Amino acid sequence: MTKPLLQVEGLKKYFPIRSGVLAKQSGYVKAVDNVSFHVNEGETLGIVGESGCGKSTTGRMLMRLLEPTEGKVTFDGKELTSISSTEMRKARREIQMVFQDPYASLNPRHTVEKILMEPLIVHNIGNAKSRKKKVHEFLEIVGLSSYHAKRYPHQFSGGQRQRIGIARALMTNPKLIIADEPVSALDVSIQAQVLNLMQDLQKELKLTYIFIAHDLGVVRHISDRVGVMYLGRMAELATSESLYEEPLHPYTKALLSAVPVPDPEHKREQIILEGDIPSPSNPPSGCTFHTRCPFKMEACTSIVPKLEEVKPGHFVACHLYNEQVQH
Amino acid sequence: MTQMVPNSTNEIMAKKDTSTGPWRDAWRSFSKNKVALVGAGIVLFFILLAIFGPFLAPQGINEQAIKDHRLLPPSSQFWFGTDDLGRDIFSRVIHGARISLGVGFFSVVGSVVVGSILGIVAGYYGKWIDTIISRIFDIMLAFPSILLAIAVVSVLGPSLRNALIAIAIINIPNFGRLIRSKVLSIKEEEYITSAKAIGMKDLRILFSHILPNSLAPVIVAGTLAIASAIIEAAALGFLGLGAQAPAPEWGKMLADARVVLRNAPWTMVFPGIAIMLTVLGFNLMGDGLRDALDPRMKN
Repeated sequence: MTKPLLQVEGLKKYFPIRSGVLAKQSGYVKAVDNVSFHVNEGETLGIVGESGCGKSTTGRMLMRLLEPTEGKVTFDGKELTSISSTEMRKARREIQMVFQDPYASLNPRHTVEKILMEPLIVHNIGNAKSRKKKVHEFLEIVGLSSYHAKRYPHQFSGGQRQRIGIARALMTNPKLIIADEPVSALDVSIQAQVLNLMQDLQKELKLTYIFIAHDLGVVRHISDRVGVMYLGRMAELATSESLYEEPLHPYTKALLSAVPVPDPEHKREQIILEGDIPSPSNPPSGCTFHTRCPFKMEACTSIVPKLEEVKPGHFVACHLYNEQVQH
Repeated sequence: MTQMVPNSTNEIMAKKDTSTGPWRDAWRSFSKNKVALVGAGIVLFFILLAIFGPFLAPQGINEQAIKDHRLLPPSSQFWFGTDDLGRDIFSRVIHGARISLGVGFFSVVGSVVVGSILGIVAGYYGKWIDTIISRIFDIMLAFPSILLAIAVVSVLGPSLRNALIAIAIINIPNFGRLIRSKVLSIKEEEYITSAKAIGMKDLRILFSHILPNSLAPVIVAGTLAIASAIIEAAALGFLGLGAQAPAPEWGKMLADARVVLRNAPWTMVFPGIAIMLTVLGFNLMGDGLRDALDPRMKN
């Protein structure tokens, strides 16, 4: 059993809602509400969910780009949530991020060389000559050429830019890469290339990924374990096979039934969820999914289900699998 | 359709040149703009005049010949005529270029520097710092600028240097607000988040990422502001609050010419034309720069 590289406990992010002339606080948006999980060294944890479910917020809190309201993040034995912002900045050498939009995440006024060199300068790694060599080396690693170094981001295609974004994340030899929807902005044909590149890099450089996405197919392809989020909470967390073969949470079932199957003979039993995602500023009591759940019970409206291990390695937060509540 | 043809050739040229930076792209589009080039030409002409004027001027600025040369109309000896003290207006206009351009340029540089610092601080740190700085800007903008300039000069005392300071001060809120709004939008860009994710310090983010990306509109506004600063300097000179006699400042020359306007219109016409041309040049150049640098103008 590999040891967990990242341990997240009870992570919360409440955004205050201010209204009125005096900016009085009138409530919270519970973007992330009590999320716990761990990531083992060398694995890929996928996090899926609809837009607004808090998956990106979670990713940003892990790096403290957003300060968590509550909760503990432990990375490689170090508690990230309690260290100073200066120390956190240094810790970011070990955790890097790949962003969603390759058009927005590269400074348009910097050459590729400057973009890639910056992490090295910031963390004071090597000298001018070795940095340049490393930039060229990593450009080759992500499938570009060293002559691309002198170009500006606008001279590249979306896929190439995302490769630059990945190269930038790799410059400091991090252990963990948080990929926030890294392929959502790309064409499907390019998505596969970038995903394969990320998988190759993982093998080669022994990376650990947290892969945030809304595309279940993409997540299945790349993840060892998958967490499903709904309205700021983790609904289900299991290994890829277990989750895709046998989803337990009604929400996961509904999500998976919506994935198109490339087989014309296949008869779909699509579970259509009624209604919209409730507002996170006023989430339903008990299980946040009870307003749309086809298997709603009495307990669901009052008691918040805990994420519990119902099968080895398969966690689900649903009263259907909790015998105590059922009877 | 006719417009499509040069556009497509531009694109081909852009692809051939592998090292096109944003500034080089801007220059390419600027150099295609004929009107802007005319403006830049006028500006360049006056800059050269400001630098080499003292060597070009045929007469000294304060050489008087009251007895025989008072209020002479333009002639081959005195191209622009002479004023009521018998001084050669041509020479004085040439010397005046240095004063007007100097005031315009340095006052704008001053307000850009101070305005940028305040704007960046307000935009990046936000909260109460932003509130204080923005409200001060609002208060300053509530006064008509020339009135504020007169107030500043009357506190500091009338002189060219104080007029320059006054013009710099009244322009600070314009640049401050411009930079602040630009910083506000840029700090939400994903490449700023990615810079933070790399582990970059605030100062480095500000100066290496935010400032260079917010510079383009400042260059445009700065060029246009030089034009209005020149007018404001002339206005202060006209009111006797700027350059003091016997300095050959264009606005001051207009004021002196007022008395003899009916008999000797050339005393007012030539400095007036000089002011108009310089301002026109800066405005045309500024408009061209806006077209070249403003991404919203691009397709």
